[in-house]
Amino acid sequence: MSYFAYTTGEPVKDTKAPDGPVAERWDRRRFEAKLVNPANRRKHTVIVVGTGLAGGSAGATLAEQGYRVVQFCYQDSPRRAHSIAAQGGINAAKNYRNDGDSVHRLFYDTVKGGDFRARESNVHRLAQISVEIIDQCVAQGVPFAREYGGLLDTRSFGGVQVSRTFYARGQTGQQLLLGAYQALSRQIAAGNVEMHPRTEMLDLIVVDGRARGIVARDLITGRISTHFADAVVLATGGYGNVFYLSTNAMNSNATAVWRAHRRGAYFANPCFTQIHPTCIPRTGDHQSKLTLMSESLRNDGRIWVPKAKGDRRPAAEIPEDERDYYLERIYPSFGNLVPRDIASRAAKNVCDEGRGVGPGGQGVYLDFADAIRRMGRRAVEEKYGNLFDMYARITAEDPYETPMRIYPAVHYTMGGLWVDYDLQTTVPGLFAIGEANFSDHGANRLGASALMQGLADGYFVLPSTINDYLARHPSSEPLDDTHPVVAEALAETEDRISLLLAVDGDRTPDSFHRELGELMWEFCGMARSEEGLRKALERIPQIREEFWRRIKVPGTGEEFNQSLEKANRIVDYLELAELMCLDALHRSESCGGHFREESQTADGEAARKDEEFSYVAAWEFRGAGGRTQGEHGTGTGDAPVLHKEDLVFDYVHPTQRSYA
Amino acid sequence: MKLNLRVWRQKNADAPGDMATYEVDGISSDMSFLEMLDTLNEELILRGEDPVAFDHDCREGICGACSLVINGDAHGPERTTTCQLHMRSFQDGDTIDVEPWRAAAFPVVKDLVVDRSAFDRIIQAGGYISAPTGSAPEAHATPVPKADADFAFEHAECIGCGACVAACPNGSAMLFTSAKINHLNVLPQGAPERETRVLDMVATMDEEGFGGCTLTGECATACPKGIPLPSIAAMNKEWLRATRKSRR
Repeated sequence: MSYFAYTTGEPVKDTKAPDGPVAERWDRRRFEAKLVNPANRRKHTVIVVGTGLAGGSAGATLAEQGYRVVQFCYQDSPRRAHSIAAQGGINAAKNYRNDGDSVHRLFYDTVKGGDFRARESNVHRLAQISVEIIDQCVAQGVPFAREYGGLLDTRSFGGVQVSRTFYARGQTGQQLLLGAYQALSRQIAAGNVEMHPRTEMLDLIVVDGRARGIVARDLITGRISTHFADAVVLATGGYGNVFYLSTNAMNSNATAVWRAHRRGAYFANPCFTQIHPTCIPRTGDHQSKLTLMSESLRNDGRIWVPKAKGDRRPAAEIPEDERDYYLERIYPSFGNLVPRDIASRAAKNVCDEGRGVGPGGQGVYLDFADAIRRMGRRAVEEKYGNLFDMYARITAEDPYETPMRIYPAVHYTMGGLWVDYDLQTTVPGLFAIGEANFSDHGANRLGASALMQGLADGYFVLPSTINDYLARHPSSEPLDDTHPVVAEALAETEDRISLLLAVDGDRTPDSFHRELGELMWEFCGMARSEEGLRKALERIPQIREEFWRRIKVPGTGEEFNQSLEKANRIVDYLELAELMCLDALHRSESCGGHFREESQTADGEAARKDEEFSYVAAWEFRGAGGRTQGEHGTGTGDAPVLHKEDLVFDYVHPTQRSYA
Repeated sequence: MKLNLRVWRQKNADAPGDMATYEVDGISSDMSFLEMLDTLNEELILRGEDPVAFDHDCREGICGACSLVINGDAHGPERTTTCQLHMRSFQDGDTIDVEPWRAAAFPVVKDLVVDRSAFDRIIQAGGYISAPTGSAPEAHATPVPKADADFAFEHAECIGCGACVAACPNGSAMLFTSAKINHLNVLPQGAPERETRVLDMVATMDEEGFGGCTLTGECATACPKGIPLPSIAAMNKEWLRATRKSRR
């Protein structure tokens, strides 16, 4: 059964954001929140799932405060979470450059960059905390780039006109993550964090309306176990791998958030996905993932395509006056540094016109010839060396000699579990932080803001707000596997795995994942239309039905079984994809990364419809709880219910974004 | 191209292992080495055989998960991670041996997957700066000379893949351990724990069963991030200094 229909429920009323001047709200919330006496913190257990920037920093900080933390990651070590791959940098309103930056400007840029679909209170808090993050990371020994005088260096990123991005060559995510990992390691050694690597969360346990634990699978032995706590924090990242090809790690997945959604957590703005403009184009059907080239390259690289359609000459043979530096032409004031959604769409447009370069015409040039002439090859190497090496390694082309070829690819998901100002989901005791929640980026995230948000949530926001919840629930009923709710969740997880193994069909997990991904890229990718989305909504249930009939998973559940892990994640993609398309269909406006062909301005820019859609779409699951039907029929059950959270803009007034 | 693969197969940590031979066809030179293995695994699944287990995640050369010994070299013939090795480094008709990291401190989990948790325990012993959240001074309070910052960064680049251990005839983890010590010990923020850090991390490294260094230099040759061999000498110097001060 598919759903084109949905019902609209009660609007979301309480976001817990305090009133009053936006700059004072965070202070007020912290003051009004209840505290847990340090001596009592030991009595509380908090489960943290994920060890990326958000999870790693949250686990370490909660343990430092005295809570007992039980933490999980699917990787063999918490140091490998995919935050590690973030290249470009982290924003902070330090104004070290004296270039007019301020907390208010970072707040303004982020709300505007998100195309006015984020909550002002949250974004302002993020901008305030940004400055503390840099202090914290420097104290941990994160080796940020420095000037000769020993002070921190910064650079510019898309969508802004100040230089507020701190960086560690092209490996900022790695260095920040290792900082969090090291803080976490210190707490593991101190016995304050019980770390479970190679363990994947497969379900959420909700008892008497409160999140009380998780069902997890040990990926080495296959053993399925339960873990209980007073609160559960999901820091499990985004769901970009629904698209099969993305810049996410191969094993990044949506299972934790989707299972939490099935257990009652609303899913907000699932259609808000970010297509990053500068990725290395795909080379063939064997492609397993896409690699990003940092947005920081747009500081010095110039993007162009030939002026003439079908111009197949090598770049070097195309004279200057036959080149179209289209971003500089269309957006003279921001030029190559327009926000990601705009740069991606512009690339798609010129390729659709038949002016794309490289195999299949699916690429545009990112050219450093001018930068090398201006700064010298040495300086370019110093700034971007590792990125150039990576590009050369993958493409066997030398970007110092010939321009890079780039094309947009799925990179980040702004949507995620709905959370209030405290980062709590609609399931009491369940918190979502980092990319796993929907909160701060609206319909488009600005570059170098993901690291900022992950660390703001993990180091500073959650450790303050979770106190309030724990203080209000000083004791929890002890649980074990015989509790009916726990036993049911366990049985459902075990059944799902047995079902996957029992089908013994004739198609591999990857073949389904690829099929779903291609469908999503075509109809729910860079441009979306009612017609296309309806097609996708018809097709997804068919793929799902076929999946449960033809999937082949070798081996057993009681062993290290990577095919089983993969198939189990695809089950959830096949359900989440449908909600993404429904959300995209219902939001008949364009905003940020969500571009509806029916809603554009005369010159092809995204046209928002503020009167109709100035809200967060929070979807409630109305299906069969934890049971995935499998041979008992497929689908997610009843159509979901839409709850709207109206967005109020007191400080940054919605206008048509202009970067011209 | 068509290749002949000889792959280490081992059901689990306790089972004996052996090399198994597979033929793969239709390999494009643009594929990464892991995409070539994906192709093999797709065929194995359809044939009802157990696919080859291997660790991998980011496939961008930064997470450090991938870990294959290819024709006797950790991460294969190019100086990069396995995921960034492309099939253009091989010829049609080649026979390629694929094995897991071999080291006493890295027991095999299954096939090409090994247990590298010993690395985590070395970091837990002191590979951090104690700076609880909220306690940090303003970032510009302590300028760091660019040369020191660059030195720290150069060592902080380590991805913890373990190629250094796999390449070393002694199964030594000294390059890995020294990278973290040098990253943190050169920074003013790392100074208060400078001595305990090196003493505790080196002690844990020894307890975990890694071998000693005999200056073979294979580690630095295999390192995909170019952690330099003198890193080990610098660690030894730190260790001597700490021993002399015997501050614990």
